[in-house]
Amino acid sequence: MDIVAISVISLGVIGAVAAVILYVIAQRFKVEEDPRIDEVESLLPGANCGGCGKAGCRNFAESCVKATSLDGLFCPVGGSEVMKKVAGVLGMEAADATPRVAVVRCNGTCENRPRVNSYEGAVSCAIVNSLYAGETACAYGCLGYGDCVAACQFGALSLDAATGLPVVDIEKCTACGACVKACPRHIIELRKKGPKGRGVYVSCVNKEKGGVARKACTAACIGCGKCAKECQFEAITVADNVAYIDSDKCKMCRKCVEVCPTHAIHAVNFPPKKPAETAQTTAPADASTGNN
Amino acid sequence: MKTFRIGGVHPQGNKLTAGQPITPVGLPKQAAILLSQHIGAPAQCIVAKGDKVKVGTLIAKAGGFVSANIHSPYSGTVAKIDVIADGTGYKKPAIFIDVEGDEWEESIDRSETLVTTCDLDAAAIVNCIEEMGIVGLGGATFPTKVKLCPPPTMKAEVLIINAVECEPYLTNDHALMMAKADEIMVGIELLMKAVNVTRTFIGIEANKPDAIALLTEKAHAHKGVEVVALACRYPQGGEKQLIDAILRRQVASGALPVSTGAIVQNVATAYAVYEAVQKHKPLIERVVTVTGKSLTHPGNLLSRIGTPISMLLEAAGGIPEDTGKIVLGGPMMGKATANVETPTGKGTSGILVINESEAHRTAPSPCIRCAKCVSACPMGLEPYLLAKSTMAGNMEIAEKGHIYDCIECGCCTFSCPAHRPLLDYIRQGKGQVMGIIRARNAANKK
Amino acid sequence: MNKLVVSPSPHIHSGISTPQCMYGVLIALIPAFLVSLYFFGLGALLVTLTSVVSCVVFEYLIQKFLLKEEPTISNGSAILTGVLLAFNLPSNLPLWIVVLGALFAIGVAKMAFGGLGNNIFNPALAGRIFLLISFPAQMTTWPIPSTLPMSLDAETGATTLSILKYGSAESLAGLDATQHLIGNIGGSLGEVSAIALLIGFAYMLWKRIITWHIPVCIIATVAVFAFLAGIGNGVEYAAKLAEMHVLSGGVLLGAIFMATDYVTSPMTKGGMVLYGILIGIITMVIRLWGAYPEGMSFAIFIMNGVTPLINNYMKPKRFGEVVKNGK
Repeated sequence: MDIVAISVISLGVIGAVAAVILYVIAQRFKVEEDPRIDEVESLLPGANCGGCGKAGCRNFAESCVKATSLDGLFCPVGGSEVMKKVAGVLGMEAADATPRVAVVRCNGTCENRPRVNSYEGAVSCAIVNSLYAGETACAYGCLGYGDCVAACQFGALSLDAATGLPVVDIEKCTACGACVKACPRHIIELRKKGPKGRGVYVSCVNKEKGGVARKACTAACIGCGKCAKECQFEAITVADNVAYIDSDKCKMCRKCVEVCPTHAIHAVNFPPKKPAETAQTTAPADASTGNN
Repeated sequence: MKTFRIGGVHPQGNKLTAGQPITPVGLPKQAAILLSQHIGAPAQCIVAKGDKVKVGTLIAKAGGFVSANIHSPYSGTVAKIDVIADGTGYKKPAIFIDVEGDEWEESIDRSETLVTTCDLDAAAIVNCIEEMGIVGLGGATFPTKVKLCPPPTMKAEVLIINAVECEPYLTNDHALMMAKADEIMVGIELLMKAVNVTRTFIGIEANKPDAIALLTEKAHAHKGVEVVALACRYPQGGEKQLIDAILRRQVASGALPVSTGAIVQNVATAYAVYEAVQKHKPLIERVVTVTGKSLTHPGNLLSRIGTPISMLLEAAGGIPEDTGKIVLGGPMMGKATANVETPTGKGTSGILVINESEAHRTAPSPCIRCAKCVSACPMGLEPYLLAKSTMAGNMEIAEKGHIYDCIECGCCTFSCPAHRPLLDYIRQGKGQVMGIIRARNAANKK
Repeated sequence: MNKLVVSPSPHIHSGISTPQCMYGVLIALIPAFLVSLYFFGLGALLVTLTSVVSCVVFEYLIQKFLLKEEPTISNGSAILTGVLLAFNLPSNLPLWIVVLGALFAIGVAKMAFGGLGNNIFNPALAGRIFLLISFPAQMTTWPIPSTLPMSLDAETGATTLSILKYGSAESLAGLDATQHLIGNIGGSLGEVSAIALLIGFAYMLWKRIITWHIPVCIIATVAVFAFLAGIGNGVEYAAKLAEMHVLSGGVLLGAIFMATDYVTSPMTKGGMVLYGILIGIITMVIRLWGAYPEGMSFAIFIMNGVTPLINNYMKPKRFGEVVKNGK
C-alpha cells in the first residue's frame, strides 16, 4: 500500500506543479488575437494558393481584419460570394470584382508553328526560356513544358498532347493567377469571364514584325490593326506589332474574329453561329483551346 | 603535379586541333557586331546608318563601369542598327556593317615586329586596355580594366596567367602560345606593371608539354615569371580553382578572387593587351577553335569579331551531314545553338560540332544517391540536394546549401550515372536564390 | 541535316551509367561466388539462382502490374539485390524460404518505399534480417564446407563466431586464419572467403565504383574494438581475437558489399567515415554482449536508418569555407 500511496502522491504533485507552470506560461505569453480573424478564415476556401497575393488564407484573413476597406483585397478562388460574406463579418463594403479566368494566349500548335530544333534537358519552361528562344522560330510563344500545369493547384490546366499547348478547364479555374506567375513568357492572362465562359481574345503575344512573326507561326498576330479598326467599342489596341483586346471593354460582338487575316483572334464557348461559313475554319482550334 | 584540391573530373581531352597553326579566315560581305559581347552593360552605339568606318574605328562606347568599348573589325559602311538573333535565338541589338575592302585605322601598327619597350606608367596601360575594349578572353568576357583595378582595400600580390585550357576540344590558347610566345611575355610584363606586382605564374595543363617547354624557355628572360605545369583536371581553368591549384589559397564564398592577392588573366587576354598597348590594335579579332569529330578540316581560325559561325564552319570543311549539335565554346560550359547565322563575339573561343550519335542526352533515371556529384563538385557543394530542392521549389534549402557558390562547370551532370540534368536545375535555382537574396538585401536597406 | 539538338551544358558525359555501376558490383562478386560454388557446391548455385530469379520476377511484376510503370529490371539493381541476398544465406536453406526473402527484399524494403533510389534500408539486408528473425533455426545452421563440391548433403557445425562468443581461449587459439582467408569454414555462402571478397573490393576501388571510406572504417573499427576487448588476456590473444573477428562472419561481405550500397549509405566522405565507425561499434557490441553471435546485418540496418540524419549534418567541405591563405 505504501508504494501505491507514494506513486499516487508523487504523480499528483508532479501533475499539479506542471499545471501551474503551464497556466503561468500560458497567461504570460498570451497573444491577443482578434477573434474575427478566425471567423474570416473559416469563410475562405482554405486552398492556401496565394492567389490573393498573401502568404495563405490565414494571412489574407489577418490582412482583411486589419484593413480599413476591402479595396485591393480579393480572394480569387472564393470570388464575390465569399468576399461579400467576409465584408458582412467585418461590416465593410465588398469590392465588386468580376469573375475572371485564365486564358492561354498562344495558338502555336505543332502544325501552326513547326519545330526547327529539338530541346533535350530538364523539363521546365523556366529553364528552356533562360536557355534559348525555344524549339520554334517564335521567341514569344508557349514552350509547352508545363510550368503552368505544375503551378495549378486546382487541376484546371493540362497539356494537350496533340497541340503541345496547355488547356484551361474553365469550370475548375479559380483565377488565382499561379499560372500567370509561373509562365516565363507571360502568355497566360486573367481575363473577364463572360456569360457561359464566353470570351474573345488575341491568341498571340509575338512582338516581332508581321512578316517575321508569320514566318514562325501561321497563327501569329501580325499587328495589321484590322481588328482595331473594326472594333466599335475601342476595346482593341495594337502595340509592339501585337493586338490586345481589353476584356472589360469588349462587348463580344466577334466582328474582329472575322476580319483577322491569320485567325489569331479566338472566340470561345459561343454556340456555333453559321456552321457552313468558311470564316469559321479556326473553330476546331478554338474548341481545343477553350472548350474542355 | 599541382592541381586544385576539391572535386573535379577528367573528361577525355579530344584536342583534335592540337598542334595546328593559326589560319586566318576571309571577311564576310556583311557582318553584325553585337553590342553586348561582354558581361555588364551593353555598349552604346555611336555610329549611324551610312557612316563610313575603318578597321579599328570605335563604333560603340562602354555603357557603364562594367562594360567595354567595341571597335569595328571591318572597313565599310554602317548598313543599319538593328537586332539580330544571337546564339540563344533571342534578338539582340547589333551594328550591321557592309564590308568594303580592308582598310585599317592609321594608328594601328600592323607590322610583325616585336615591340618590347613601353614607356607608359600603370595608369596609362590600364587606360589603354580600357580604350581598346579588352575583355577576358577565356569565355567569361569580364572587362579586363575592371579586374585590373581592384577595390582600394585589396592589393594584388601576384599575377596568374590562365593558360590551362581545361575544356576538352579547345586548342585556341594552345595555338596562340605556340605562335605568339614572345608577344604574350611582353603582354604579361605590361599586366604586371599595370597591377604593380613582381611575380607571375603561368598555369598550363600537362597535356600541352610543347607549350610548357616553350614558355618556360621564354620565361627565363623575364624576371619573376614562372611556368607552373598542372595535372589535367577539369575545371582547372576556373578562376577560383586555378588560384587554389597554384597558390593553395581559396577564395571565400562571395569574396572577390583578388582577396587572395591574385589577379587572374587569360593568356589570350595577355596577347590582346600586348597588341592594344604596343600596337594600338583594339580587340577586333581572336582565335576560334572550330572542331568536331566529323569536320573535315578542323582548325584554329583567326577570325574577326562578328563573323557568322556558318562562315567559320565553312572554312573548316562545311557542316557535316551527321551534325547533331553545334556548341559555342567547349563541351562542358559552351552553349548549344540552333542558329548558325549568329555572329561570333569577343568571348567565342570555339565552335564544336557534335555528331548525331553523341548529341543526345540519355533519359534520366532515379537518383541512386551514389554521391558521384558530391565528389565531383569543385566547390564542395551537394548538387543532388540543390537540384532536388530547386525542383521542389524549396529555395531555403538551396540557399542553405550555398547554391550561389555554383560555378556552373557541369561536373555534376557530367558524372551522374543516372543522367540526371542536375546543372539545369541548379542553374535555375541559383538565379532564383540570387533574386531572393537581392530582394531581401533591398528590403533590409529600407 | 537533322534538326539540331539544343540542351543546356555540359554536352558530354562521363559515360558511367547506373547499370554499369550495378554490373560492376556483380563482377566484383564473382570471385566470392566461385569460392562458394567450390565449397558448398550445387546448394550455393541453387540458392543464388532462386534468389536472383525471384528478385527480378518480383520487381518486374510489381512495376508492371502494381505501380503500372515501365519495368526497369535491366538496370541490374534487382539482380544485385538477389545475389547479395543469396550471399547472406546458408547454402542449404530451403528454396521456398529464399523466395520469401526475395519477396520481402523487393516488395517491402524496396518497392514499397518507391523503388530504386528511394529505399531507406538495403533490400538484400532487410530480406536477410526478415528471414533471420522468421526462421532462426534454418538461418543459423550452416553446412561445413564439403571437400566434394557437388555433394548436397552437408553437415552442420559450430561457426567461428559461436566459438568467439561462447568458446574458451584454447578454442580460439585453435582457429586457423588461413582457412578463413580461403573460405574453408562454415557460414553464409558468400561470406566465407576473405580473399575472394578482398579481390572484389580491389576491383571496385579500381573501377571507382566505391571509395575506401566505408569498408576500411568498418574493418578498422571492428579490429580495434576486438583488440581492446581482448587486451586483458594479453596482446597475443587480443591480436588473434581482432584477426578472427575481422575474418569471420559477415564483416567483410557486409563492409565491402552491403554497407557500401549507394542508396542507403551517406553521401559525403565525412559521413561515410562516421557511418563506417558506428557500424563497426554496433557490430562488436552485438557480437560481444548481444543475444546473437553476429551483429553485422543489424549494425548496417540500424545505420541505414541513421543515414538521412548523417546526410543532413555531415556536409562536404566547401570551397573557401576555411580561408587558409597559405601564409
